Amino acid sequence: MKYETVITPKSGTRLSFRDLFRYRDLILLFVKRDFVVTYKQTILGPLWAIIQPLMTTLVFNVIFGNLAKLTKSDTMAAAADIVIPGFLFYLAGTICWSLFSQTVTKTANTFLSNTRIFGKVYFPRLIMPISSAVSNLIPFAIRFLMFIGFYLYFALTGGYGFHVSGYLILLPLLLLQLILMGMAFGLIVASVTTKYRDLIHLMDFGMQLWLYGTPVAYGLSMIPESYYPLYMLNPVTMVIVVFRYAFFGTGYFDIGYYGLSWAVTLLALTLGLVLFQKVERSVMDTI
Amino acid sequence: MDEPIITFENVSKQYRLGMIGSTTLREDLQRLGARMRHKEDPTKKIGQSQMNQTLKIGDAFWALKDIDLEIGKGETLGIIGRNGAGKSTLLKLLCRITSPTTGTISYNGRIASMLEVGTGFHGELTGRENIYLNGAILGMSRKEIASKIDSIIEFSECGQFIDTPVKRYSSGMYVKLAFSVAAFLDAEIMIMDEVLAVGDVAFHKKCIDRMKELARQDHRTVLYVSHMLPTVSELCNRCIVMDHGHITYDGATADAISHYLENEANTATSIDYTESVVRRVPRRHAVQLLRASFEGKENTVFYDDEPIRIRLDYKFLEDSDGVSFRLDLKTPDGRPIGASYKEHFLSGKSGQEGSVVLKYDFPELAAGRYRTIFTFLFGSEGGAAIALEAREGLAFEKKFSSLLDAKWDAARLGSIRLPVPVVDMQNSGEG
Repeated sequence: MKYETVITPKSGTRLSFRDLFRYRDLILLFVKRDFVVTYKQTILGPLWAIIQPLMTTLVFNVIFGNLAKLTKSDTMAAAADIVIPGFLFYLAGTICWSLFSQTVTKTANTFLSNTRIFGKVYFPRLIMPISSAVSNLIPFAIRFLMFIGFYLYFALTGGYGFHVSGYLILLPLLLLQLILMGMAFGLIVASVTTKYRDLIHLMDFGMQLWLYGTPVAYGLSMIPESYYPLYMLNPVTMVIVVFRYAFFGTGYFDIGYYGLSWAVTLLALTLGLVLFQKVERSVMDTI
Repeated sequence: MDEPIITFENVSKQYRLGMIGSTTLREDLQRLGARMRHKEDPTKKIGQSQMNQTLKIGDAFWALKDIDLEIGKGETLGIIGRNGAGKSTLLKLLCRITSPTTGTISYNGRIASMLEVGTGFHGELTGRENIYLNGAILGMSRKEIASKIDSIIEFSECGQFIDTPVKRYSSGMYVKLAFSVAAFLDAEIMIMDEVLAVGDVAFHKKCIDRMKELARQDHRTVLYVSHMLPTVSELCNRCIVMDHGHITYDGATADAISHYLENEANTATSIDYTESVVRRVPRRHAVQLLRASFEGKENTVFYDDEPIRIRLDYKFLEDSDGVSFRLDLKTPDGRPIGASYKEHFLSGKSGQEGSVVLKYDFPELAAGRYRTIFTFLFGSEGGAAIALEAREGLAFEKKFSSLLDAKWDAARLGSIRLPVPVVDMQNSGEG
C-alpha cells in the first residue's frame, strides 16, 4: 500500500517549497494580524514607525555629521556640483539599516515567541519568519514615504544639485537583498538560540557593532580604499552605498563588490535555511 | 476494517531526562571543561550524583516504545491512559510537531490537528478575522474558509458578535467559536486532544454529534484523546489503552474502557521504586526508598480491625541520624485525610541498606479505597522538616464485614468515623 505522506526520524530535513506554497494564505493572514495588532489602539498609529528613525537620524547628523564631520567628502561632490544635505544622507542610511536590523530581530525570535503555537499545530515553521519579514515592510514603507517627503522638500528648496541616478532601477533588488539578509542572519540566530538561549543577548550587542561596521553613521569615503576587500564582506555596506548613489547621483559603485555582497547574502541565507531546517524538527523537544 | 489510512510501524520517541529545556552556552562549556579534566559535571543538580539507583539526568526516557498501529478509513479511535502514558506524544508525532526517534508513520490525505482549540487566536482581531487566521493555521486556504464561513458562524452561535474583537467575548463564546473552525476542517484525518469538552452542555453535545456525523457520513477518520471516558464511549468505535509508552489494549471501546479502569484501581501489594523515575529530586536526598510492600498480604483489602503492616526497604545515601517517616492518607482523587508520623527512628551510614515493618491501626477509617504517600524526613511533626524522599505509596481498600459499618457515606460524612461519644449524664426527665 502506498502512502502520500511518510514521517520518519529523518523527514523534514529537506525544505519543501510545495508545503510553503500551500500555506501562502497563512503568510498574508499573519501579516494582516501583525498590522491590525500593531496599529489598533495607538494614538499616533503608523507615526510611531517614523519617530525612532527620525531621532536616530537627527542624532547622527548632529554628532557625526556636524561635530565630527565624518561625511564631508561624501556629501560634497565638488566636481559634479552636488551637495547632499547631511540630514537626508543619514536618513537614507538609517531607513535601510532599520529594515535590515528589524528583520534580523524579528526572525531571530521566531521560536521563542511562537512556542505555544508551534507546540500545538504543524505548519511549515518557515512561514513565521517569512511573514514577519513581510510585516516589516509596512513600517519600512511608512519610513520610505517620509524619506521621499524630505527628499522632495530639499530638492524643491533648491541649491543642492542632487538628483536621482540610473541606479534607481536597482531599488527593488536592494530592498529584497536587505530582507533576505535580515532573514538569513535572523534564521542563524534563531537556530542557535534554541539551544543556547543566552546568545540572544549577544545579538543585540552584535547588531550595535555591526551598525558601526556599516556606513550608516558615516560616509564610505572614511574608509581607506585598501581596506575595501575586507570592509565589503559586510553585505549591508554595498546596499546602503548603492541606495544613496541611486537617490543622490553621486557616490561609489563597483559591480564586483556588489556581486560580492549578493554572494555573502545568499551564502548566509543557505546556511540559515539549513540550520533552521535542522532545528525545526526537534525544536519542540528542546525549547 | 477498511484499508488502513494511517500506519505506525515500530515507532518510538525518546526524550532525555532533564535535557528538556535549553541549556546555556556557559553550562555546556563548563561541562566540556569538566569532562576534559575528568571531574564531576559542575552543572549537575546537587543530589543527582547519588541517584545511581534511579534514572540519571540525561538518561533516555521512552515516551513511546515500539508502537505498531493501523487505523482504517472512517474509524473513530479513542486513546485512553493515565497521564504520561504517551497519548499526546503519539498525536504530536502524527501532527509533525515533533519527530519520532525511530520508526515510520505513514498516512494518506490531510491531517487536521486540534490539540487545542483556538490556536493563534488574537484578542484584537474580530471573530471573523480569527476564523480566517485560525483556519489558515489549521491548513485551510482562504477560499475554503470563505466558502464555509457562514456554516462556521452559524455553528458557533456567535453570529451577533462576529465583527467584535474576541477579547470582548465571554470565555464560553471564545471556545465555541474556536471549536467551530475546527469542526469544519476539510481533512480526512481529524486529531483531537481533550478538545470536545467545550462550552455548555448543549454545545458539548453538538460537538460530539458533529464529529460522529463527520465520521459516519463523510467517512472521516477521527483520533480522540480524552480522560472523559463517557465522551470516548459515545464517539469512538475502537479504542486503545496506553501505559508507559506501550499499547496495552486494542479493541472495542467498552472493553478497552473496562480494561483501563481495572488497571487503574491499583491493587499492587508491593512497589519497586528502583525502576521508576523520580519526578522531583528533593534538595537533600539522604534516604532512598527501594521497595514497599504489605507484609504478609496477598491482596490489598483490609477487613475490620485488621492491622496494616507496611514493609519498607531503604538505603542511606548519606550518613544520617534520626530519620523520621510520615505516611499520608489520601482519597483516590487526592484529597488528604490524615497523616501519621514515626519520628527519629532510622539511622545509618551512607550506602547502608535496611528494612522496617510498620504496623498501622486505623479503626476509625471508613470503608473505601485509599492512597498513601511515603515520606522520609529529617525533623518532626510540628517542627521544621526537610523531606528526603517522598513517593506515591501503596494503595489499599478498607472493608467491613458488618453491613452497618459498610454503609458509611464517606462522600457526605468524611472518611474518618470519629469515636462514639460516652454518655456522661442522662436525664430522661420525669415520666
